[in-house]
Formats: sequence, C-alpha cells, structure tokens
Amino acid sequence: MLSDGRPEATLAYKLLHASWSLVFLQAAIACVGFAMLYSAANGSWEPWAQTQMYRFAAGFAIMLGVAVVDIRTWMRHAYTLYGLGIVLLLVVELYGVVGMGAQRWIDLGVITLQPSEPMKIFLILALARYFHGAALEDVRQPLFLLVATLIVAVPVLLVVKQPDLGTGAILAMIGAALFLLGGVPGWLFFAGGGLGLASLPVIWQFLHPYQKERVMIFLNPQSEPLGSGYHITQSKIALGSGGVFGKGFLEGSQSHLNFLPEKQTDFIFTMLAEEFGLVGALGLFFLYALVIVLGFVIAFRCRHQFGRLLALGVTTNFFLYTFINIAMVTGVVPVVGVPLPLVSYGGTAMLTIMFGFGLLMSAHIHRDVPVSRHGAVAED
Amino acid sequence: MIFRRENDASRLFSRRAAVLGGGQALLLTALVGRLYQLQVLEADRYATLADENRINIRLIAPPRGPIVDRFGRPLAVNRENYRILVVPEQTTDLEATLDRLVRLIRLPAYEQRRVLREARRKRSFVPVKVRENLTWEEVARVEVNAPSLPGVRIDVGQRRYYPYGSDLAHLVGYVGPVTEAEMTGDPLLELPGFRVGKAGMERVHDKALRGEGGTRQVEVNAVGRVIQELSREPGRPGARVMLTVDAALQARAADKLQGESAAAVVMDVHSGEVLTLASSPGFDPNAFSHGMSETEWQQLVNNERAPLNNKAIAGRYAPGSTFKMVTALAALETGAITPETTVFCKGHMEFGGQRFHCWKAGGHGRMNLKSAIQQSCDVFFYKAAKRTGIDAIAAMAERFGMGHKLGLALPSEAAGVVPTRDWKRANQGTAWQRGETLVTGIGQGYLLVTPLQLAVMTARLANGGVAVEPRLTRAVLDPGTEKAPDPAADFPDMAVDRASLARVQAGMDAVTNTPHGTAYGARIRAEGEHMAGKTGTAQVRRITMQERREGVREYDELPWEKRPHALFVAYAPVAAPRYACSVVVEHGGSGSQAAAPIARDILRATQERDRERDQARGPDGTRRRG
Repeated sequence: MLSDGRPEATLAYKLLHASWSLVFLQAAIACVGFAMLYSAANGSWEPWAQTQMYRFAAGFAIMLGVAVVDIRTWMRHAYTLYGLGIVLLLVVELYGVVGMGAQRWIDLGVITLQPSEPMKIFLILALARYFHGAALEDVRQPLFLLVATLIVAVPVLLVVKQPDLGTGAILAMIGAALFLLGGVPGWLFFAGGGLGLASLPVIWQFLHPYQKERVMIFLNPQSEPLGSGYHITQSKIALGSGGVFGKGFLEGSQSHLNFLPEKQTDFIFTMLAEEFGLVGALGLFFLYALVIVLGFVIAFRCRHQFGRLLALGVTTNFFLYTFINIAMVTGVVPVVGVPLPLVSYGGTAMLTIMFGFGLLMSAHIHRDVPVSRHGAVAED
Repeated sequence: MIFRRENDASRLFSRRAAVLGGGQALLLTALVGRLYQLQVLEADRYATLADENRINIRLIAPPRGPIVDRFGRPLAVNRENYRILVVPEQTTDLEATLDRLVRLIRLPAYEQRRVLREARRKRSFVPVKVRENLTWEEVARVEVNAPSLPGVRIDVGQRRYYPYGSDLAHLVGYVGPVTEAEMTGDPLLELPGFRVGKAGMERVHDKALRGEGGTRQVEVNAVGRVIQELSREPGRPGARVMLTVDAALQARAADKLQGESAAAVVMDVHSGEVLTLASSPGFDPNAFSHGMSETEWQQLVNNERAPLNNKAIAGRYAPGSTFKMVTALAALETGAITPETTVFCKGHMEFGGQRFHCWKAGGHGRMNLKSAIQQSCDVFFYKAAKRTGIDAIAAMAERFGMGHKLGLALPSEAAGVVPTRDWKRANQGTAWQRGETLVTGIGQGYLLVTPLQLAVMTARLANGGVAVEPRLTRAVLDPGTEKAPDPAADFPDMAVDRASLARVQAGMDAVTNTPHGTAYGARIRAEGEHMAGKTGTAQVRRITMQERREGVREYDELPWEKRPHALFVAYAPVAAPRYACSVVVEHGGSGSQAAAPIARDILRATQERDRERDQARGPDGTRRRG
C-alpha cells in the first residue's frame, strides 16, 4: 500500500498507463530514420538501416525498463549516476580512443561508448534532484548556487577538454535550462550571459585549430568551397535543390553522388529535405515538435518538482539535439557534430535518447507519487 | 505557509517553463523560416548548383580527317591503337598484376615504375595507361589471360598512320601533342592525348582535318566517377584533304633519290598541280606517332644531310646553268642579243681585269643561242649578261617565280635570292660590281633558288609563258560532301615573246635530243615522250688559279661537301609540254651525270602512268584531266 492509500502499481498497470502517444511518435520518427538510412545506402538495408533497427529495438526495451522503475529510485541514485558519468569522462580522458582528432570514445569490446552522451542525462538527473529539495529562498543563496554551478561546470570542462565543444555547449545549455526552471533569479542569467560573451576572446585562444576553422567557415562558408567549407556548402545546395516537393525517394543527386558528406549521420536531415523537399522536412519537424509538446504536457501534469525538472530537462535535451542538428545543416550554426535524434545512424546517441525517454515516461507513470526531499516516500 | 510557498514555487516553475517552451518554439519557427528561405526562395539557384555538381560535360574528340593523294590513295589515316589500361581499384594487387602482364607483353622496368607511380597519384578508379601500340599478338595474349588479370583493360584509341612512310614525310608532315603555345582556347586542344599537325600538310590543313568536337553530358559523383551518360552530341569528323601529289610517282622519285641528299619536283605545267615533291633523305613520320627516343631525335636533328628539312621547298641552291634560259630571255627581250647573235668561246673571257672561265677549258668555238644552251657555253652567257645588265636579268628571274615565296602556306618554304643592285647594297653594304652580272648570268654568285622554283620556272618556259603557280592541295572535302576538286585557276600570261620562248625551248630540246647536248645520254627515247631539259652544275666554292693550271680535278676526287651541286630541269613531252621536273642532288657532281638521269627516270615514270591509264580506259575513253 502506498502512503496515499492507493495500491502499489503493478508492472502491467504501469505499462498500461505509459504514454503510448510518445511511443507512437518515437516509432514514427525512427521509421523515417530507417527509410533515410535505407536511402543513404543507395536502397539497401545494409549496412545502416538494419543495425539501426536493432539499436532502436534495444533502446525501446531500455526505455520501458527505465520507465517502470519508480521515479524515487531514480532520484535516490541521481548523484551516483552523475558520479559514474564523471568517472567515465575521466576514463575517456586517460584511456580513451582518439577518433576524428578528439578523445571521445571508450572501447568496451562489444560497443564503443561515448560517455559525454549519457552524461547529459546524468546531469539532468543530478540537477533535478538538487533543485527538487530547494526552497525559493535556498535558490538565492550564493553557496547553493556555487554548488549548482560546479555540478554543471565539471562535466562541461571535461567534455570541452576532449575536445568536444558542441557537446560541452549542450551540457551548459541543459544546465542553464534547469537553472531557469529551478528558480535561479533572472538577473543572474543576464550576468552569466554577459560574462560568457566577455570571455569569448579568451576561449578563442584555447580553441584547437580545427575548431577555429569550423567557426571561421561558419562565418564565411564560401571562403573555401572545396576545402572545409565544402560540407556546409554542399548541404545547402542539397537542401535548396530539393525545393518544395523534393527529388523523390532514392533520387537525391547530392546525396547519392556523395557530394553530401556524412549523409547517414549528421547530415541525414539534408538528405531527407533533398529527397522529400520542404514538405518532407516540415513533416519530420512536426513530429519533433509534437514530442517536445508532449514532454511539456508530461511535465505540467507531474505533481512533484523532481519529475517536472526531469521531464523538461529531457525534453530540452531532445530539443537541443534537434535544433542544433538542423541549424547546423542549414548553415545557421557552426558544424559541431550533433546527430538528429532517432534518425541519425549511431548507437550511443540512440541509447542516450531512449534512456532519456525512459525517464520522461517514468515521470509520466509516476506523476502522482509523493516525493520527499531525498527521494524517499514522503512522510507528511 | 508551506503550502503557500509551494504554490509560489509552482507558479514560478510554470512561468519559467512557459519562457523555456516559448523560446524553443521561437527557435524552431526560425528554422522553419530558414528552410523556407533555402527550399522555396533560393531553390532555383541551388537546383542549378546541384546540376552543375552532378552534370559534367565531356568532349568527344572527332576523328582526324584523312589525307589522300590525287587518286584517293591514303597518305595519312587513323589506325587503331590498342592500349593496355589498368584500373588500380579493380586489381587485387597492382604489383602482382603487373608482374603477370610482363610475362605477356614487353614492358621495361622503368615503365612498370611509372605505372605504380601514376596509380598512387591518381584516384583508384582512374585507368592508368600501361602501354600503347600493342601488336595484335600481344592483344591476343592479354585477352586469353584476361581472367587472371583483373582490372586490366584493352582500349582502342586512334593513332596517325602514314602508309608511305618516309617517301611523303616532308609533304604530308606529322602530328604531335599540343604545346602550351598552341593552346588557343579550343577546348579540344586540352583533351589528353590530342594531336595537332606539326609539319607539312598536316599543319597547313590542321583546322580542317581536326573537325569539331562533340560533347557528352555525363552524371558524375563527388569524386568524378562517371555514373551514367545523359546525352551525347556527336561532333563533326575532320575533313578529307586531297593533295595534288601522286603518291606512287613520288614513291618512285624517292626511290631514285635514295642515298643522296637531294630533292625532286614534278608539276603539271598548265594547272600547277604538284605531282611530286620529294626530299631525300626522309624520316619515318610514324616514329612521331609512336613517340621516339631522345637518341633517335638527336640523330634526326644532327644528321648533316638534314632529313627533317624539306629540300624541295626549303633548300636554297645556286641554279647554275639551269638559269641560262632566264638570261637568254632577258637578253632577247632587251635586244642585247638576237637569235642569230654568235659569240666565239675560247674557254674564257676577260672583263674588268678578271678572267671568266667557261666550264670547257678548251672553249666551244663559235656559239649561237641554241648551241650555247645545248652545250651550256658559259662565255656566250657572260657576254649576253654583260650586254643585258643585272636589272633586266633580275626582273626576268622574278617573272619566272624566283626571289619570292610561291604561296604554298608551308612555313618552311624559302624565298631564295635574286640579287639586284638594291639587294646588294642592303645586304652586303657594297655597290654592285659589273663582273657580278656575268656570274649571275650563268646562275652563280648570289643567286639562290629552291627546287620548286626551278620546276615553276621550267613549267612557265614549257607552257608558253603562262605564270602558273604551284598547288599542293586539290580539295578539302567535308565528310559527306563529295565536292569536285577545286577548278584550276586561270593564270595570267607573263607577256614573254613567243618566238623567243620557242628559241629557248629549241635549245632545251637540243640539250637532250642532239648528240652534242649536255644531257644527250639521259634522253627519253620513247616516241612522243621526249623530254627537253637543261643541266646545271653549281660550284659551292671558288676554283683557284692553281687548280685551273693543274687541271680541274674530277668531282669524284673531292670530299663530298666540296663537290658541286648537280641540277637538272626538264619538261615533257617536247611536242605538247605537260610536265615540268626539277632535280637537285646536293654535292652530286655534274648535272648531266648525277641529276639528268634521275629527272629522265621520273619524267618517264610520269608519262608511263598516263599511258597505262589511257590503255586501261580503252581507245575511246575520255582522258581524265590531271
């Protein structure tokens, strides 16, 4: 018996009350991904689409597994998971595999893990728990804010050092979003923003040459149309030439003639927009927007601060993936290597996203459970 | 109180969540705007860019037009050139594949290294040329072993082939790769392996022979691999160029010149069509198509007999006694002599304190115009020249085609020299000496002519004073149009007195057809094919007084480069002149011994050719002109 008098929910009950509309949206987006990966391989399930399906199936199982675990359990282990994430980042720093000029992966034999991806979820968990117990007065305490800042800063710095500027920025943005939701005074955001802008010249000094180059190319992609600016220029050509209705499935000349780089991973949205045009792009956009709206609805229906923060943190993370990836391929932000969630080929991102959805689902299923300050059953 | 605070916190959260959600909605809307901009507003521009990426326009090299002789015999044609290409990405192991190839075809070690080097440099799907000009046997060997040679391909290209080899090398010329300086913006010229005419008629008619390139649109991928052909627009093959030359006749002339450093020209005295333009020694133009080694090239360039030179148009020689007809006509025209004028030749004459020798030390005795030409008496022409003056002689030489180019368009054509007072002042800086007029009168001194100019002179003598011009090209026929050959141009009359010409012609007839003639031994005996001619022996050095006292040495005793040039000009048949011929044998000795027999053989062959054709056509067959 629960303390509010309702019976302990059974597994079947929990699954029945999971957000099946969220599941439906996920499946729809994943299917778009399978189709695009099939196209990226010139009309073949090998080598990408099939693997991606197994990964989605595995991710789906993980999501359901995470969803049925009581949200208070997640809250109790939030800091532990956060600590695990930090350890993984340190391991990558010390023993990681160097790929594409940066240390990002841990080779576990069976899979290679990129710890900065799950770190996003662990950070959300930790911050949600930290802000959950805080009263409005606490949030204004300098010491409280300092600890909160440290929780964000440690993983951000470790990831930036890899170096992976994009993921570092996403971690910082996730932190900022949770600070905002947690009730940190508004003026601090302006102060923080100002400080960030002021420190840009200093940060510039510490950037790796390839990072500086990416930023410069972003600012002027035509400067080197056959060199490093090639990716973004070709991506824009592919998008623009797709027009309103696209060139047709498997007919994208930019993608299939390999003018478009990384078409199965970061630039998969471009291929979709080339083959299905503005109509197809907006269709996928609509599915993503629905997922985000659903995330907000789940958050608002949650009766405890931890669940709300967790739901919006996960949703914001999902939003950041989507926004940065599409902004990147349309030439709005620099190329930072962020995948399109559920569509881009890649294991770690898929597992991270499904793990996040599991937590969102858990918040949905356990929206009404009473949560004490430390994750135990509330004692009135 | 706690409840109240909870409420406050909840309201704050809602407000903040609304800000976050609003911000996200705003950013997503901005992305939609960006997509609208790219895919609707700028779609056309990007669609064009995508096509430019995707579609590559490639040129198709047109087949080079053939060059044929006046009867359509091929002089320059395209031959299939079997090449071995290897596509590195299709071989399992390039080095092992090459090792297997070496057992089948000849392939030097340095060529193997070049293939490996090129394969490393190029993208792995770009074929690398292994060897060209495979023999049919080598092709067969490679084809049979094809299963064990993955990635090895036999490809058929085109290569210029000259069936007559060195016989027509100078006239037809050869082709070679385009040099930087020849790039005129025609994209065809930038095609790898494209060849342009470098010499001879290949060069003169290069534009027409080249044709127009076609294009094909192909779809390529990002690394340039061709995915499919979208469309093809065939070009226009090069035109067929018909020359005036008779290849068989020229081959026979070349055969007669074999071993000598010499030139021979045969032309139609009425139409000016050049039937033979031979220069010896020749070179193998096919070697230029194959590509020749550095040593082969050096041998060609450094050979003292200058095989690359077309001596028929670029060789400049003192005409010697072959010039005497011009002196005679100038003298007759100015009234310096009459047909009846006689001169006593005692072997030399004194003039201005100098002694001018006749070639015949003992002298010819009493000479008139006809006998002076017949026996080539120098004293007679010294006197005639002295009375005529250099101005009239030079003017007559110009009228007979000397001293200027004859408009063949071949870049190596020489103008020669007809000396005048002005010319000497400009080129030697000194005034004209009267003695030089005498020397010019017998075709020595500063006078320089080409064998072609000699043939033109003879043609104009033979055709009754019509200023015929030489022609090398009969027609340029665009593929598909079988246009008739260009009609012969109407040449102006030179206004030379017919009676004077007849006297000179009679002298030339006597040279070959009377026992005292200098070339009687080289006469044509066949009835109706007699030739009339004139010998010439041009000194290449001054004969010293001492030598004359000791008796002039036989030419055979002299080293080659000190022997005089042997010349002979002739026309045939005497009764109705049709062909003019000139022969120059460098350092050949006397014209009568070295040049006249060659001219006789050539003119005999020229007329034989007509006779055979007439017989083949039957008694009432109309004779084809030319």
